[in-house]
This record gives sequence, C-alpha cells and structure tokens, in this order.
Amino acid sequence: MEIAETAAATACYHCGEDLKGSTLKLDNRAFCCEGCKTVYEILSQNNMADYYRLNANPGKNGKDAETVREKYAWLDDSQLARELIQFTDGDISTITFQVPAIHCSSCIWLLENLWKLHPGVVRTQVNFLRREAHVTFREKSISLRQLCELLHRIGYPPDLRAGSTTQAAQPHTQRHWFYRLGVAFFCFGNIMLLSFPEYFGVDALAESEYRNFFGYLNFLLSLPVLLYSSSIFFRSAWSGLRSGVVNMDVPIVLGILVMFLRSSWEIFSHTGAGYMDTLASLVFLMLIGRLFQNKTYDRLSFERDYKSYFPMAVTILRHGSETSIPVASIRKGDRLLIRSEELLPADSILMQGQACMDYSFVTGESAPAEKVAGEILYAGGRQKGSAIEVEVIREVSQSYLTRLWNDAAFRKAETHDVTSMAGRISKTFTFVVLAIAAGAALYWFSSDAHRSLNAFTAVLIITCPCALAISSPFTLGNMLRLFGRKRIYLKNTAVVETLAGIDTVIFDKTGTMTQSGDTGVQWEGDELNDEELAAVRALARQSGHPLSQKLYAGTQSGVLPGITSFAEHTGKGVQGVANGLNVKLGAASFAAPGYATQAEAKTAAVYIGINGTLRGRFLFGNRYRNGLTDLVQELRGKYTLGVLSGDNNAEAGYITALFGRDVLVRFNQSPADKLAAVRELQQQGRKVLMIGDGLNDAGALKQSDAGLSISDDINNFSPACDGIVDALVFRHIPALLHSARKGRRILMASFGLSFLYNIVGLWFAVQGNLSPLVAAVLMPVSSVTIILFTTIASRINVLRSLSDAPDATSVEQ
Amino acid sequence: MSVLFVLIGASVLVAGAFLFAFIRSVRTGQYDDQYTPSVRMLFDEPSGIASSTQQSKTNGEAPTAEPNNH
Repeated sequence: MEIAETAAATACYHCGEDLKGSTLKLDNRAFCCEGCKTVYEILSQNNMADYYRLNANPGKNGKDAETVREKYAWLDDSQLARELIQFTDGDISTITFQVPAIHCSSCIWLLENLWKLHPGVVRTQVNFLRREAHVTFREKSISLRQLCELLHRIGYPPDLRAGSTTQAAQPHTQRHWFYRLGVAFFCFGNIMLLSFPEYFGVDALAESEYRNFFGYLNFLLSLPVLLYSSSIFFRSAWSGLRSGVVNMDVPIVLGILVMFLRSSWEIFSHTGAGYMDTLASLVFLMLIGRLFQNKTYDRLSFERDYKSYFPMAVTILRHGSETSIPVASIRKGDRLLIRSEELLPADSILMQGQACMDYSFVTGESAPAEKVAGEILYAGGRQKGSAIEVEVIREVSQSYLTRLWNDAAFRKAETHDVTSMAGRISKTFTFVVLAIAAGAALYWFSSDAHRSLNAFTAVLIITCPCALAISSPFTLGNMLRLFGRKRIYLKNTAVVETLAGIDTVIFDKTGTMTQSGDTGVQWEGDELNDEELAAVRALARQSGHPLSQKLYAGTQSGVLPGITSFAEHTGKGVQGVANGLNVKLGAASFAAPGYATQAEAKTAAVYIGINGTLRGRFLFGNRYRNGLTDLVQELRGKYTLGVLSGDNNAEAGYITALFGRDVLVRFNQSPADKLAAVRELQQQGRKVLMIGDGLNDAGALKQSDAGLSISDDINNFSPACDGIVDALVFRHIPALLHSARKGRRILMASFGLSFLYNIVGLWFAVQGNLSPLVAAVLMPVSSVTIILFTTIASRINVLRSLSDAPDATSVEQ
Repeated sequence: MSVLFVLIGASVLVAGAFLFAFIRSVRTGQYDDQYTPSVRMLFDEPSGIASSTQQSKTNGEAPTAEPNNH
C-alpha cells in the first residue's frame, strides 16, 4: 500500500503515466486526466477497488474515455448491431467483443465482475490470449449501446470495426488438431503395447492364436489412425497433385499407404506382424510437427485491410435526421456527419464545419491538415476537433486510398509451398525413392519374386520422410516462437524462410523510421521562463487541437496554473489568461497580429504570443527511432536499401546522409506509387523486404516478398502484412534477418541428418529383409534426434542473434 | 492363458475411456483458452460465478454452446 501512495506522487494512480503537472486528485490519489479519475470514481463507488490491488496502475490512459458521447449511437437502430449479437432468446443475449485494452489480470477481474457495475450484465467471460470478452446480458435492462458505453467508460472500449467481429466468430478452429492427436496417441500407445511380445520374440507367441489375435487388434487400432488422424496428409497430398505439385505429403502418403497395405497383408496371411506400430508413431509425430508449425498469434491478425480500419457504421443525414448505415452502403451524394475522432470512410467534399484531418496513418504525413468548406477530404483521415458535415463524392471502394485494394497484388492467391526448401526437395526426393524401390524390386525379381515385392515395399516404408517432414516444422516453428518471445510476430513459418532469401530492404519513413505520434518538439525564439512555459502548457492542454496536444505532451514544466477567459478560435488558435499572462497560441497571424512571416517552416509550427508580443514558435519535426543509424549501418553492404516516403522531402538531407547517395529514396509517394516501386524492384529479380506501418504501405507490404509492419502497440490496427514487429525491437531487424539466414543452414543440416538415417534404413530395405523391429526403432529414433537437434540449434541461433532485444512478457506472447 | 484375451480387452477399454474423456474435454472448450483460467483461479472471490450458476438454470448452455448461431 505504501508503494502505491509514494508512486502516486509522480504517476497516475489509474494508468501509471507521468502526471506532467496535472493536479487532479481524489481520495488523496493523483490522476493524469479526467478520464482516469472517472474510471477510478466508478470503480470505488461500486466497491471494486480490488482492481487496483491486483496490479499497480492497471488502467489504460483514460483520455479517450471522454469521446464516448455519440460514438455508439448507431447501435440503437442499426441492422448491423443485430448481426453483432451471437445469440438471443428475446431476454438473454450474448455477444463477443474484441477488447484490445485487455492487458493484465486486473482487466480479467474487472471485466468478469462487470455484473457488479450494471444489473443487466449476467456474466462475462474473458479469453485473455484472444483479447476477447464474451458477455451475456439482458437486453431489456441494458441495451447493446449502453453496454458498449459502459465498457468504454471503464477504459475497455470494444473494437467494433468490420474485421474484428468476423474474427471473433470462429473460436474452434484448433480443436480438430487435438482430436486427431488424441486418437493417434491412443492407437499408437496400444499398438506399441501389443507389439512388444513380437519384438522380444516371446515364446508364447509361437501359439499362433495369440499372434493372430494381436495382429487383428493392431489392424483394428490402425484404422482410425489411417482414416481419421492422417487424413490431413492425404488431403494435402491430393490438393498438391491436382495442381501439379509434388509436395512433401506425397511421399508421406505413399509410405503410409504401403505400410498399411503390406502390414494388413502380413497380418491376414499370418506371415508376419506388420508395421502398424511404426505407422501409428509416424502419424503421431508428424501431427505434433504440424501442430507445432501452426502456431498462431490469436490476438493478432495479419489479414486486415481498410475495411477493418474503418468503422462498421457511419452517421448519415437524410431529410434533416440522423441515421446510421453500414459503411459499405454509402453512395455518392450522401451527406455524412463525422464527429470528433471519427474516421472519414470515403472521399468527400467538406460542406460545413472546420476539418482538421489527421492523415498520419494513411499517408504518412505527420502534420494534421486543416481544411475549410468546399475542399476535398480523402478517405482514411481522422477528424480532430468538432463535428463536420461532408458530402460523398466517391464510394468507399473507389476512394483515393481504398482503390489500392483493387490492385492485382491483393488478388494473388497464396502460393503452394513449392518455394520452401522442403517443398523443393520433396519432388526430387519422391522420384529418387521410387527409382530406388523399383531398382531393388528389379534386382531381386529374377531370383526371388517374393523378396522383390518385400524390397519394393520396404524401401517405400523406410523412406517415408517422417524425419524430413518434421525438420522444417520444428526448425521454423521453433524460430517463429522464439521470435515471438523477442516481440517479432511472424504470420507463419514460410515467412521465416522468405526472410532468409531477402536481398533488398525498403523502409517507409513516417511511423516506421520515425516514432509515430511522438514527434519531437523544438522551440525557436526567445527563451521562455518556467512560469511562461507552464502557462503555455496549461493553455495547450485545454485545446483539442492535435498540435496543442503534442505541445503539451512534448514539453516539461512545473505545476500548471489555472486558466481564466479561455477562448478557442476555430482555425486560428486558443487564448487565455494564466499566471497573470495573456497567452495566445496558434497561427502566426493570430498569436501576434501585424507580424510579418519569417521563413516558412516545412514542418508544422505553433506560434506563441504573450501579452501581445510574439515570443517564438514550437516546431514539430519527426523524431527518428533510437538505433536507426546502427540499423542502417548493419544493413548497408549486405542488402540494397531504399526509402519510400509519403511525406514531403523536408528531411531529404538527413536521409541521404544516413543511407548514402546511391540509395533509392523517393518522397511524396502515394500508396499506389509504393506498390509500383516494389513491383519494379521485383521485376529486376530482387527479393524485397518492405518495412512499413500504415495503410499507405499496405500495397507495398502485400506486393513485397516479405512485409513487416512496425507497431508501437501490437494490439492496435496494423495493415495486412507477413509479420508485426514491436517498435521496441525495431533496432533488431538486422539480427532477425541474420538469424533467418542461419535458420536455413540449420534446416539443411537436419535434412542431411534425416537423409543419413534414410540411407541406413535403405541398406536393410533393398536387401528385402527389413524386420518390423528395425523399422519400429529406426523411425522414431531418427525423428526424435531431428526434433532435438533442430530445437536446440534454432534456440541457440535465435537467442544468440537477438540476445540484446527485450523479451516480451509472458502474457504478450 | 486365455485370460490374456480378457485382460487385453479390458486394457483397451480403459484406454478408450481415457480417450473419451480427452475428447470430451476438448469438446467442452477446455483447450480453447489455455491461459485465462490460470489467472482466474487466483481471484479471491469467484468472479461472475455467483450470478452465472443462478443463471444457468434458466439459461441452459445456450450462450456458451454455439456462439455463432444467429
């Protein structure tokens, strides 16, 4: 408790953020903003202070909590809202929300105790890893809108974007793996037990009734393995063959089938014990391999497009009244109402109000754009400031930004795994194995027809590439997992292989090389004393303008004074009296009338006037990420580098100095330009890694061989990509590439190892005397050594390469 | 020695019972969320359970059984 009290002096009791001069207090606890204080108030009034006991400062910053007002109004009358509800019997309803803010055990506790806050909530169940809350509620006493508002007010706004709900609706995709694995393990264990007497040549087996009994039982037990557990291999091999590809599953299926047929024949003709034990253990091990390879990050989506960035519904003005319609049904000529913090879903003309569009996520332009009535606004911008009315001039899919998704790059189907190393090997492998089998059969055919058949089947059985098939899932799957531990989340194991073959690295600038949101604030002019600075900051805090917010966040001062006679002049700036000073901040002409413009700043600027005289200006430049210089140094020489920026060329000098002169650097790139640039490089035969962050990079990310998205908060929206990299480990991208290359060597070594085992097995097989015992020992031993080798080697590889990257906490994995 | 048939039959049955229990546990969702229950059990009071047990009588399993049947 004492710790909490002392910490309260500098950090917000709710969210733990720095107070930055805020003087908000309640119950002797300090808060950084009204939002945080409100959440605390709600919780303490309902005797839910346990929330704060489970973790120190468990909340998320509550600044957004104030924007709740009309945000969920569309839930009242929209057909879309009906579709969100998963089950209803008229009284009780259930719904699953994506709640990105869930991050600690306090969150689980609070959400699962939601019924204490409102009697209409029956029960909540949280799935932490998927960041989901499954809520059961009575619609008669709490409407869906009220439920969302309640969640929003306590700091857990549900994510109601289009993509997020379809994602929430499929929770059981993993289950069939467990069924298959369970069945395979059951059969494998029993067949093994029943085969033991055979291995040790127990005399009792001479009495053939037992031998036959065990054989028949083995046959029965192997049926579920063949028909159910291994069916995915059959399916994959078949779909491969149909599209003309011999993938790794083809020799596997061949081996399994031959094994089953020969064993059945031996059992029913009473000539031997068969290889059912080997069959079951192979399927079991390979299923483990597949499960391991299919590691997914439940809460991350790598497939999001603009649809999941846009809201589900938008407010439309028709005959003077407001109604909500789905974004997809917006038509040209519709008049929309865009409130503060809402996204503009289609290109429109501003009809009424003062637009201040934040396009940073869409175009990479960091300064918000001020627009007046009559100007065109492009889709994807977020309105800051008061509500505006716009008229749609292009439908959503035809808008400047979303047209990008009409490009062929977004229609290209997922390619088969022929490009992977295992895929390339498997074709040759299959034919070589068939050739050896046929050769062995021919060799023995003239002298001993029975032996010839034995040799043929034995070759196919022993070369069933189990070890080969699990090398790649275990090596790459393990690397995938370890990268996840180092805050690099890749879509699947194929991405690890692709990264190993990269030769060109292209960067986006804003948000990727620079820190998003947090721009550097630079003062230019007469030095302000602390009293003046505190007055400026107090004023900036009152203003909703994004630049004011940045100014407030980017500067430090003492305790903020109170403000009197505050006035906001739309499009110009704000003014007020604090510390006895008459402070104005905003445009140059507003801050100090009669002031002649000096050198126009290329970056955004806020001018400060105190008591009628201009004191100077704050400049908002880009702040580059830590370690960018080192990163570029490490990549130079090894890779061809390039920069594609949507921003203007204000910082061209810096970038040339950093990357050198001979590098491809382009500014003012539209999303389509970026895509085209990547495609151009690929046509020159390059393997391109694109590193971006926003929707404007979506085309380039998709077109590139591997696209990584940098994100400050991995739970937030990120465009479709092959991997999401936490901004904390941005600096370690060279290590990631290095490690991926080494991973390829590990893969080759493990392939070599499994070939060795195959040669040993072939030695027995071609002679036509492969005993079931040899098969039963050799196959699992080879698989287990491969698993051990790949796991240990890839572990050493990744952890050594990324040794100084910070670990993700256990819950973030 | 014919007791061997009975014994092996019994052992397969026992193993089958375990397989059945496993399949049941997957089916009831025990493998769907492998993290949250480990946190939930540490809370002092059982969260939400008080009202959910009272609810489950009127409600059956409807809300959790098949969440996608609108």
